[in-house]
Amino acid sequence: MKTPSVNPIQRRGAWTVDSIWRLGFAARFFFSLLLYSGQSLRRFHGLTMREIYMSGVLSLVIIVVSGLFVGLVLGLQGYETLQRFGSSEALGVLVALSLVRELGPVVAGLLFASRAGTAVTAEIGLMKTTQQLQAMDMMAVNPIARVVAPRFWGGVIAMPLLAALFSAMGVFGGWLIGVVLIGVDGGAFWSQMQSSVDFRFDILNGVIKSVVFGFAVSLIAVFEGYDCTPTAEGISRAITRTVVSSALAILALDFVLTSFMFRGN
Amino acid sequence: MKRSQIDLGVGVFVVIGIVALIFLALRVGNLGGEKIQNPYEISAYFDNIGGLKVRAPVKVAGVVIGRVTDIGYSKDRYRALVTLKLDGRYEFSKDTYFTINTSGLLGEQYVGVEPGGDDQDLQPGDQTTHTQSAIVLEKLIGRFMIDKAAESGDQK
Repeated sequence: MKTPSVNPIQRRGAWTVDSIWRLGFAARFFFSLLLYSGQSLRRFHGLTMREIYMSGVLSLVIIVVSGLFVGLVLGLQGYETLQRFGSSEALGVLVALSLVRELGPVVAGLLFASRAGTAVTAEIGLMKTTQQLQAMDMMAVNPIARVVAPRFWGGVIAMPLLAALFSAMGVFGGWLIGVVLIGVDGGAFWSQMQSSVDFRFDILNGVIKSVVFGFAVSLIAVFEGYDCTPTAEGISRAITRTVVSSALAILALDFVLTSFMFRGN
Repeated sequence: MKRSQIDLGVGVFVVIGIVALIFLALRVGNLGGEKIQNPYEISAYFDNIGGLKVRAPVKVAGVVIGRVTDIGYSKDRYRALVTLKLDGRYEFSKDTYFTINTSGLLGEQYVGVEPGGDDQDLQPGDQTTHTQSAIVLEKLIGRFMIDKAAESGDQK
């Protein structure tokens, strides 16, 4: 809020103008990001590798453990409900479909935003605060190509892989509870799963979702960092906004994508 | 030195991710299991298809040999027109019956094939009316109720 405002209406108006300003800046930022991506991938592909390492490899532990636990819980809860109808063999279908279609991309996206997105925002925000971005500009190195684009593409590449890993771990967790612990028939568990999970319809749509979420989360993370107020408080606010907007964006996009992909016919 | 370690980490990560995807595709999904070779299409007219869906399996003697690819309504015949994609290795005679069955009481519906004995085989693109409609449970119950009512009426 740059304009000193007296009454609440003026403050609301300033906030609205400021938000529209930010939205326009975000759009311009996104286009220049795409514009400099080619140059960035050609000149700084080592940096992109480093960012895949930072946001992908270092997120492995949280993704694997969370996926396993989500699968365990799905196994227990699914069995509890399904056995009332005498169809506990359908546990595999329930676990696999809910993970591959929804929980895998969505929960992996939320975890990814809070594990990797925040780190990216903090890093870029601190670079801006300590005027490293301006220093690069002075040295004729484009900060968007050098700093922003590698982090963006690193996130976009890492996210679908993490979501697939999450789903696979979840299915394993469901199998662990259902087949190993409770004693649902293993053959029925896998064969029913295979006959009702379709590669194109279920798995590929899940992968498309995770790619879209990867784009959304990475863009929000780099933009919030790039646009933050260059103070300590500004960085902390930018990180909070990254998590909040990423979560909202993932859930809203998930609804839109689901209504396109699974409209129930 | 540092760079190569990061490359190793990224490599391992990508391999794990791709293995997870392959696991989902082959073990969870049905990418490897479905082997419909040089498929051909047959259309069948049904009076009532019940809850049959596109992509439902076509089974002969319990073996999946094809899929339902399209469901439409024929204005000329006032019947449902179901297009089936069948495995090219299997041929069926002209008087083969196509029925709509349900696996289990609440299971999914599929098209069952009961081969006939005619000399001539169905050719790709043929249309057949040798069909039996889906059993609609509500109609069955309705008929049963009417019979019961008639019986009790007779006894009085």
